[in-house]
Amino acid sequence: MKRTPLYAAHQRLGGKLIEFGGWEMPVQYTSITDEHLAVRNAAGIFDISHMGEVILRGPGAEAFLNQTLSNDLRKLAPGQGQYTLMCHERGGVLDDLYAYRLTTNEYLLIINASRIEADVAWLEAQLAAFAGRNEVKFLNASDATGAVAVQGPRVVEFIDACFPGASTGGNLVARVTDLKKNQVARFSRAEDTLWVSRTGYTGEDGFEIVAPSQSLEAIWNQLLAAGQPHGLKPAGLGARDTLRTEVCYPLYGHELDENTTPIEAGVGFFVALDKGEFIGRSVLAEQKAKGPGKKLVAFKMTDRSAPPRPHYAIWSTGPGAAKIGEVASGTQSPSLGVGIGMGYVPPESAKSGTPVEIEIRGKRAPAVLVPKPIYRKPD
Amino acid sequence: MANVPSDLKYAKSHEWVRVSGNVATVGITDHAQHELTDVVFVELPEVGRQVKAGDACAVVESVKTANDIYSPVSGEIAEVNKAVVADPALVNSAPYADGWFYQVKLSNPAELTALLSPEQYQAQIGGA
Repeated sequence: MKRTPLYAAHQRLGGKLIEFGGWEMPVQYTSITDEHLAVRNAAGIFDISHMGEVILRGPGAEAFLNQTLSNDLRKLAPGQGQYTLMCHERGGVLDDLYAYRLTTNEYLLIINASRIEADVAWLEAQLAAFAGRNEVKFLNASDATGAVAVQGPRVVEFIDACFPGASTGGNLVARVTDLKKNQVARFSRAEDTLWVSRTGYTGEDGFEIVAPSQSLEAIWNQLLAAGQPHGLKPAGLGARDTLRTEVCYPLYGHELDENTTPIEAGVGFFVALDKGEFIGRSVLAEQKAKGPGKKLVAFKMTDRSAPPRPHYAIWSTGPGAAKIGEVASGTQSPSLGVGIGMGYVPPESAKSGTPVEIEIRGKRAPAVLVPKPIYRKPD
Repeated sequence: MANVPSDLKYAKSHEWVRVSGNVATVGITDHAQHELTDVVFVELPEVGRQVKAGDACAVVESVKTANDIYSPVSGEIAEVNKAVVADPALVNSAPYADGWFYQVKLSNPAELTALLSPEQYQAQIGGA
């Protein structure tokens, strides 16, 4: 198993280490519920160094990426990022990721840990066939780069002090908290440069910091010390999963895979059919027009039950009740105190308000389809 | 440091047994609840069910895992703890008291001698 630059820090903090996508990562430090609620109510800090970082530079980078990714990069000003998907020719998803335009001709892609090898191979193959390939430099910076995420309503109280001074690249701002959602900027810290974006995977306000591996532990320790008086807690992969499930963010390998399109997954908003040709476009255009063969729905258990979990069967109710799908992600929601999840069903069975049943250890428990996100912050 | 009360007997699979006459009360140990962290659901056997020592007869679920609970003894399920079904957090806060799972009317009290003593269980969990 691979270890991130923060492995020693996780051990010191008493993290329970498990295997995830080939990496030894903390699933929790104290309890998943505690860490989840810390993020919702104050702040949590996550090691996300297992994720991949890929850089593309040069005058040909925009055109190359725009024909390889689903969203329209032309919308991005320098210092701005977007959620996007990388599809193969049949429209199935190879990965979901964030693409940042750091400067006019420099892009940073943050990709899933479990897909680094596959993504890099795909991008290299596509680049080799790209007419303008001499105008694009490609670098897999994953091994030299780490990242942390700080998420929660109280992060704004302490993050500026950790990265003092104005940004030196990307979005030009006087301080970190001047970044708006999806904006990214370069900051200097001691002898290092790092990139800070106002993004996250939890549904809370927060930032993600991408830095050279050797500076990561110092950054982690400083954030932890600065944030603790404001309620900051280290949070592991368990809380990361419950947080993103509550707000219905997909996880590759669950809601997304090579046999599922962005349209089926309900993220067609991030597919820019009108930007011109890109890999998978014709299939996705047809699906958007005709409707997909399956739809991702969200559900909530309606009675006390064991938590719904991935691969449990979803059943329709009433006469002719049948298995109509499978849970893709499921858990007990720490914020809502009830079982929640997402799964794929036929489009005709996907209407919100439809009662369903989730088969848990041979018994069917009542649930109902709900709109996404399942958890919404109270106003 | 896990709490291992001296008046109980233990199973290798981390259940505890409190015997009163020929009725055994069963729950999971402090060590077990600590490993699970937040218990979100408990499924108990039906009253009247016949169980044999070693049978999986209950389920305790945390956010991340579902775990079978094995009966340390044979007999008939005499009573189950509705309070722990209603409030699974009791398993974490009071594993030896309000977090009990079920009671068994013993059909073979001799089985109790095969269970672990507090010292033996303490040794198994590493004396920590």
